[in-house]
Amino acid sequence: MTILVIAEHDNTVVAPATLNTVAAAAEIGGDIHVLVAGQGAGAVAEAAAKIAGVAKVLVADNAAYAHQLPENVAPLVAALAHEGGGTGYSHILAAATSNGKNILPRVAAQLDVDQISEIISVESADTFKRPIYAGNAIATVQSNAAVKVITVRATGFDPVAAEGGSAAVEAVVAAHDAGTSSFVGEELAKSDRPELTAAKIVVSGGRGMQNGDNFKHLYALADKLGAAVGASRAAVDAGFVPNDMQVGQTGKIVAPQLYIAVGISGAIQHLAGMKDSKVIVAINKDEEAPIFQVADYGLVADLFEAVPQLQQLI
Amino acid sequence: MKVLVAIKRVVDYNVKVRVKADNSGVDLANVKMSMNPFCEIAVEEAVRLKELSIKEGRVATEIVVVSVGPSTAQEQLRTALALGADRAILVESAEDLTSLAVAKLLKAVVDKEQPQLVILGKQAIDSDNNQTGQMLAALSGYGQGTFASKVEVSGDTVAVTREIDGGAQTVSLKLPAIVTTDLRLNEPRYASLPNIMKAKKKPLEVLTTDALGVSTASTNKTVKVEAPAARSAGIKVKSVAELVEKLKNEAKVL
Repeated sequence: MTILVIAEHDNTVVAPATLNTVAAAAEIGGDIHVLVAGQGAGAVAEAAAKIAGVAKVLVADNAAYAHQLPENVAPLVAALAHEGGGTGYSHILAAATSNGKNILPRVAAQLDVDQISEIISVESADTFKRPIYAGNAIATVQSNAAVKVITVRATGFDPVAAEGGSAAVEAVVAAHDAGTSSFVGEELAKSDRPELTAAKIVVSGGRGMQNGDNFKHLYALADKLGAAVGASRAAVDAGFVPNDMQVGQTGKIVAPQLYIAVGISGAIQHLAGMKDSKVIVAINKDEEAPIFQVADYGLVADLFEAVPQLQQLI
Repeated sequence: MKVLVAIKRVVDYNVKVRVKADNSGVDLANVKMSMNPFCEIAVEEAVRLKELSIKEGRVATEIVVVSVGPSTAQEQLRTALALGADRAILVESAEDLTSLAVAKLLKAVVDKEQPQLVILGKQAIDSDNNQTGQMLAALSGYGQGTFASKVEVSGDTVAVTREIDGGAQTVSLKLPAIVTTDLRLNEPRYASLPNIMKAKKKPLEVLTTDALGVSTASTNKTVKVEAPAARSAGIKVKSVAELVEKLKNEAKVL
């Protein structure tokens, strides 16, 4: 068996989610190849070659892949699926990031196989567990596809070491340009805080924050803790903060060492995104809020008093 | 312009589902069913495109709404008709279909209807797959604008601003194209009573998977469905000072 992992990257660095995805591949077993599709992504390929357990890195460096548009990358991956490792790849894995979710179903459809989304565990080479219904049920899914196409939920797998490997780097001469889409622009949030899905501590705010300006209390607390700041869907819906801060079923999935939920009631869809956190703290003035049912430590208090106090005491 | 909107009947988002005792699935008997929330956003976006076409004095955009599912999905199609869709198609199937099977059926409908734009929700809140739109785009050979927060049609292209992990990305797609909706694209309206009455008279065509000539065979099999490991409630602390003490000395996370 040979497994192809699609690297998550920005042409400069390998995103941490790639390490969790390689970990899932290692649990399946077999040789692991990593595909770096991009433009001017030499540094990414070098970094990918150092990831523990990777046997080979394939680099498809072409203008058509510069922004990893799915219309162009999916045909590349589908073509590699048949050729890779001599007899073709047994599995194709990508992190369940916005990029992985965008590209991989397109690959699966091109290969005429069903995809298995957001696995949280590997039971065997063909059987996996994944949450459904916002994590209120866990399905065990078995695939008989010749190529198993899978996205990996990073929080389900401890990352492999970023260093220690010495894989061969091989160029892939290919240029799929479907001509149906083009990149116009990107606005990336600039922040000195850790990335939400990789942070050890996450402080999140909900509707109880009342407005976007009040999130400054959470930013101040987060900066003291070295934490990332997230939000519930209600806070995003109300326009307090942008969508890339959303934690939940339809936002980001996090599992930090410490999750502090502030003014969040604890709707099903929010719990789906954070209930695997090691320690959960809830601060809410409504003692009946469902968030207290999953919190290790609950504090019934006015957040506008409790948060500044917390910031002082830690 | 013709816009095709695909919608799904799912368990209402407020319902906390329970796993069946025999681990064959979740218990949906006597549970409230609704239109998937992201599909409501898809319908709303199509209605706004239609309103814009009328406001600008162009030929009114036609909205065709389609659902693949059981006969009861007619309820959700009627809701979409009440919200402003012109006609509806139900591809009736009592089976539990995979995203790929649904995408193949939708591709057959796309071939038949030839829309310039297809709008779907990014994810259904039951299976949580987030696959169908991307798969339909692959099968149709169209460009895809997934997780859309803004959609602007001009001439024969559509500019789609997408929610991505670090912020927002804008892509330009040639029409016909596929768009999947994210949360902030719009705020869906409610259907008015007169429109609900009018929707009862709008055309609703029922097709079978056989009539569309599509195989819905799957490479995936659900072996079992279990309840997740329960997380037990912890303790209530009385003060911020006590909280900090517990986090430092008991949980050891600070």
